[in-house]
Amino acid sequence: MYKILDKRALNKDVDLFVIEAPLVAKNTKAGNFVIVRVDKFGERIPLTIVDNDDSTITIISQKVGFSTKLLSQKHIGDSLEDVVGPLGKAIEVEQVKTLLAIAGGVGAAPIYPQLKAYYNQGTKIDLILGASDKEHLILLDEFKAVCNEVYLATDDGSIGTKGFVTEVLKNITSEKTYDKAIAIGPLIMMKNVVNYNKTISLKTDVSLNPIMIDGTGMCGNCRITMNGKTYFACVDGPDFPGEGIDFDEIMSRQSYYRDKEHQCNLRIGEKDD
Amino acid sequence: MIKRVKMNELDPDVRNKNFDEVALGFDLNQVKLEASRCLDCKNPRCVTACPVNIDIPRFIKLIIEEKYRDAYCLIYQDNILPAICGRVCPQEKQCEGECVLGIKFEPVAIGALERFLGDYSLKNDIFKVENIVENNVKVAIVGSGPAGLACAATIRRMGYETHIFEALHEFGGVLKYGIPEFRLPKSIVDEEIYRLERLGVILHKNVIIGKTLTIEQLFNDYHFKSIFIGSGAGLPSSLGISGENLNGVYFANEFLTRVNLMRAHDFPHNATPIKLGDKVAVVGGGNVAMDAARTAKRLGAKEVMIIYRRDMEALPARLEEIHHAIDEGIEFLLLKNPVEIIGDNYEIKQVKVEIMELGEQDSSGRRRPMPTNTYEIIDIDNLIIAIGQSPNPIIKNATPALEVDRWGRIVVNDFMTSIKGVFAGGDIVTGAATVILAMGAGKEAAVKIDEYLKTL
Ligand SMILES: Cc1cc2nc3c(=O)[nH]c(=O)nc-3n(C[C@H](O)[C@H](O)[C@H](O)COP(=O)(O)OP(=O)(O)OC[C@H]3O[C@@H](n4cnc5c(N)ncnc54)[C@H](O)[C@@H]3O)c2cc1C
Ligand SMILES: Cc1cc2nc3c(=O)[nH]c(=O)nc-3n(C[C@H](O)[C@H](O)[C@H](O)COP(=O)(O)OP(=O)(O)OC[C@H]3O[C@@H](n4cnc5c(N)ncnc54)[C@H](O)[C@@H]3O)c2cc1C
Ligand code: SF4
Ligand code: SF4
Ligand code: FES
Repeated sequence: MYKILDKRALNKDVDLFVIEAPLVAKNTKAGNFVIVRVDKFGERIPLTIVDNDDSTITIISQKVGFSTKLLSQKHIGDSLEDVVGPLGKAIEVEQVKTLLAIAGGVGAAPIYPQLKAYYNQGTKIDLILGASDKEHLILLDEFKAVCNEVYLATDDGSIGTKGFVTEVLKNITSEKTYDKAIAIGPLIMMKNVVNYNKTISLKTDVSLNPIMIDGTGMCGNCRITMNGKTYFACVDGPDFPGEGIDFDEIMSRQSYYRDKEHQCNLRIGEKDD
Repeated sequence: MIKRVKMNELDPDVRNKNFDEVALGFDLNQVKLEASRCLDCKNPRCVTACPVNIDIPRFIKLIIEEKYRDAYCLIYQDNILPAICGRVCPQEKQCEGECVLGIKFEPVAIGALERFLGDYSLKNDIFKVENIVENNVKVAIVGSGPAGLACAATIRRMGYETHIFEALHEFGGVLKYGIPEFRLPKSIVDEEIYRLERLGVILHKNVIIGKTLTIEQLFNDYHFKSIFIGSGAGLPSSLGISGENLNGVYFANEFLTRVNLMRAHDFPHNATPIKLGDKVAVVGGGNVAMDAARTAKRLGAKEVMIIYRRDMEALPARLEEIHHAIDEGIEFLLLKNPVEIIGDNYEIKQVKVEIMELGEQDSSGRRRPMPTNTYEIIDIDNLIIAIGQSPNPIIKNATPALEVDRWGRIVVNDFMTSIKGVFAGGDIVTGAATVILAMGAGKEAAVKIDEYLKTL
């Protein structure tokens, strides 16, 4: 069993968990994720490893549907049924001097370990952090410790620029240049960022989040198309160069089960053993 | 000659709407009657045709003497999964295929008798206590499919401390995520596997070798002296045609895993969903294709068809499954080969198939399907791709010194891989094969591991 050693609500929709998982923790590198099953009836859901030490991993989960809501109902001292990893390819930390990072919503969680890895090799990082409102900006202190500059954007303007991260992106890149960019957030955000960055010849890595089951290359559920070729995001990714990605396909594949997932929310609160 | 006893089955029109086991097994009377048909041959050809050489005439004789416990224990020495093998072995190609009775009459129903003994032992909790002398040397087994399980039991009996590491959250490999409940109840798989714990085998779930732990760490940090890799052929093969990533197109692995391992047929009680329309086509002709088609029917699809590029005689699936599929109303579109999946707004609508005709015999001894340049378009809601699996590269990618061939299969010499002390067997070495062949490989590898460890 995988015990929850610590839990913190980062805001009303997002929780941080520290989980005892010594075998996973040992081999974890930036870019890796785990697959979690909350209980014995549970789905296998992928979550990025945000931080790790010798025996624990930290994950940050946003309540979007049935399984993430179920996870949020777990407390310190409870255990998760299954945690398996570290999965996915670790990122290759390129020897760049300057990096522009763009994170949207809970995308701040998976981007954090990557920025830390770049910071540790001496890269100067600027970050554009976007969210719906002030309350939903997460990990601000952690980012300030590794970034040169943190620009904020909120949909309602409660802090930082009012509007999307792409607005800020356009402003900043008209004044500064960068060797490379990383964008992690909702697919539509990553798509727009990549499209804009193409116009200024800024290479952008993205982290893809198709639906997964096993996470080991067995089921093929997580397939994505890059430059006309199929890849399995769980073993070939989840990080890819953004330029050749068919984002529309991933968005549509992500929504395939949407009507079913809606039904599934009915089970919340159901007591059953 | 008494006629071969036929096993009772659920009615096709009832069973194609639920997931209950189709073949009901023999009762005691049927068992005795069928056992009495065996001629107790001096040179039993059935035994040589069984990949693990079970002493078939002897266990049948014990059945006749009503010594069911002894009969079970006899089989268990050679095959730790009799309730499973009795159900899923392609008997017509193995033991029963060579039974002398088959020349003039019908062969003895060896599989059904074996299944009876397996079930009997589970139901009555019959188990032989084995006296294992510990030698305190550690052996690691990667993967809990038939190959890994058989290797684990064999090496454990020789006194080794045996640990199985499984990537998924349940044990059994294809027995769990591939073969459906209505053919192989998961409770039976679990019961037979957990018997290994009574032998003292230690099972670890959620450990992916190559990710969670590396081969090197197993040797250096955990002090295993030898490692057996039985990681199977889990990587789904693609058709390589356009439209494969459309919504509504499944690889059989995903489709079957959602239902078998994740129990999507019991959604929302189990949280993993599955989505299927009225018209479902399955591409392929093996066990995987039959299983996918019959599962689709049970999930409520109105029309389910198998699209296969050869003819009925060439279908590689187990005979019984083909018959069951036909009875359950699966349609067979033969001599048709998909060339394009047509969609609209990222959702599948149709499949375009080329009509094939039979040409010369190929290396498999079957007539090769030849393209005719004529096509047909079929309206469908789902397409399930079930044309085969190849080895998963995770272990190879994490272990550069491990030699594989161009299909990704691990290269072995007398079961030893290119790394000293690391052995391999089952589908990871042969490519997708059968349960009992994988078990045979696991057993033989265990003998080689023991020989190797004695030289250290
Ligand atoms: C590699 C990877 C890393 C991720 N890291 C994080 C993270 O650090 N923090 C975080 O909050 N979220 C992360 N996600 C997304 C997270 O997995 C989904 O939010 C979660 O699975 C939703 O499950 P649900 O049952 O709560 O929602 P549902 O109601 O089931 O679904 C809501 C939406 O989530 C997506 N989804 C559903 N099931 C899965 C599944 N099995 N696999 C992937 N996506 C699914 C679909 O787009 C769906 O429309 C990551 C996804 C991937 C692939
Ligand atoms: C749908 C289907 C139906 C079939 N029907 C029949 C049938 O009726 N009769 C028959 O005889 N055969 C049948 N087969 C074939 C048979 O199941 C296989 O040949 C057999 O299971 C192979 O056994 P194995 O132990 O080599 O591999 P598998 O059964 O594939 O087991 C491998 C195990 O290793 C695990 N693993 C993989 N990589 C790692 C890793 N890196 N670390 C840890 N664990 C790992 C996997 O999760 C899996 O549990 C069928 C196959 C399928 C897919
Ligand atoms: S293990 Fe399979 S092949 Fe061998 S006797 Fe039993 S059913 Fe026949
Ligand atoms: S070949 Fe047939 S008849 Fe002869 S021993 Fe085997 S099962 Fe009995
Ligand atoms: S999640 Fe199954 S292949 Fe990637």
